[in-house]
Amino acid sequence: MNINLTLIGQSIAFAIFVWFCVKYVWPPITEAMAARQKKIADGLSAADRASLDLELAQEKASKELQKAKEESAALIDQANKRAAQIVEASKDDARKEGEKIIEQAKAEIQQERVQAREALRAEVAVIAIAGAEKILESSVDAKAHSEMLDKLAAEL
Amino acid sequence: MAAETPVEYIKHHLQNLTYGKLPAGYERADGTVVEEATWTMARTGQEAMDMGFMAVHVDTMGWSIAMGLLFLGLFRFVAKKATTDTPSGLQNFVEMTIEFIQNVVRDVFHGKNPIIAPLALTMFVWIFLMNSLKLIPVDYIPSIAHAMGLEYFKIVPTTDPNGTFGIALGVFLLILFYSFKVKGPVGFAKELSFTPFNHWSLVPFNLILEILALIIKPISLALRLFGNMYAGEVVFILIALLPLWIQWTLNVPWAIFHILVVTLQAFIFTTLAVVYLSAAHEDH
Repeated sequence: MNINLTLIGQSIAFAIFVWFCVKYVWPPITEAMAARQKKIADGLSAADRASLDLELAQEKASKELQKAKEESAALIDQANKRAAQIVEASKDDARKEGEKIIEQAKAEIQQERVQAREALRAEVAVIAIAGAEKILESSVDAKAHSEMLDKLAAEL
Repeated sequence: MAAETPVEYIKHHLQNLTYGKLPAGYERADGTVVEEATWTMARTGQEAMDMGFMAVHVDTMGWSIAMGLLFLGLFRFVAKKATTDTPSGLQNFVEMTIEFIQNVVRDVFHGKNPIIAPLALTMFVWIFLMNSLKLIPVDYIPSIAHAMGLEYFKIVPTTDPNGTFGIALGVFLLILFYSFKVKGPVGFAKELSFTPFNHWSLVPFNLILEILALIIKPISLALRLFGNMYAGEVVFILIALLPLWIQWTLNVPWAIFHILVVTLQAFIFTTLAVVYLSAAHEDH
């Protein structure tokens, strides 16, 4: 129960303990705690951000899907139209080609008819002269009458 | 210790192991006379008393330093390995204590001083550990010490007024230091002179009142802790005097109660010290 040097000794011990605690114990532990606090806060905010991102991504994906669907529908539509056009065009072409062939054929026929007529005409003239010779029993000077005969032939 | 009377037993248990200086010509308990002034271990309570101020309570110093080292060792061990990932059990415990002290300091202390929180931590854990020594049955350690040839041994440093006054003295010096530092010598003198009554004619009265209030702070800190611990210790010793078969009926509840008292007294000491230091930081 006596007050003595212990008092001073205790004060010195206290001072040394406090100094040590201030210098070597308190800072590392509180720093670690603060760092962990920050880490947890960062993690939570990152999670929040991630879920937000996910939502946005889902929205974007569904939009893209919608767009793709629309595009493909448009493509199919276009293709159908184009096919119809091609069919139509080829039909047209075929008809035209046919008409052309018919036209050509007709022209050829006409030509052949003209040729045949020409040939016939020439032959008729010869036959007529031969017939006339027979009738007249004398030779007809073909040269002398050729003009008249040609005129005749042209009338045929 | 069957030969002792109850009074002797109690006195014996409340005597610190004292190493001090005996004056020249002092007659010791066994009749021998000391020729010159010598430093020696006191053999009786009377001898310890006669040593006066030039003496050291070896048990108080030893156990308080041991508890301080235990505290610092444990916390330093954790501080070195402190991780920001999932903390281990021990780190959890240490962080819980630190967070508790941080909250107390945040609530009570309104200045800005990085020393205050670790100071409070040191006070709280150290005093808690010293108080906790009292939960060791009163005869265990003294008996071991007796077997080693030490006459007296009191293991709880906070039942020694030197122990509690030593810490309170440290707090008092800090109060003075920060009062001067924050308020300045003039500001501090003004505060002492013009509160609570702001009139020049009442300056002497204010001075007496305020200086008394200042000095009362460490004394109340030390005496509250000492009184609680000492009284508890005396009750433990009284219980130890009862017949063996009845002791536990009183000892167990009292010890359980003291788990509360030990923590509470450490907490009160710490909180009040922080309150006083906060007042020292307030500049009007």
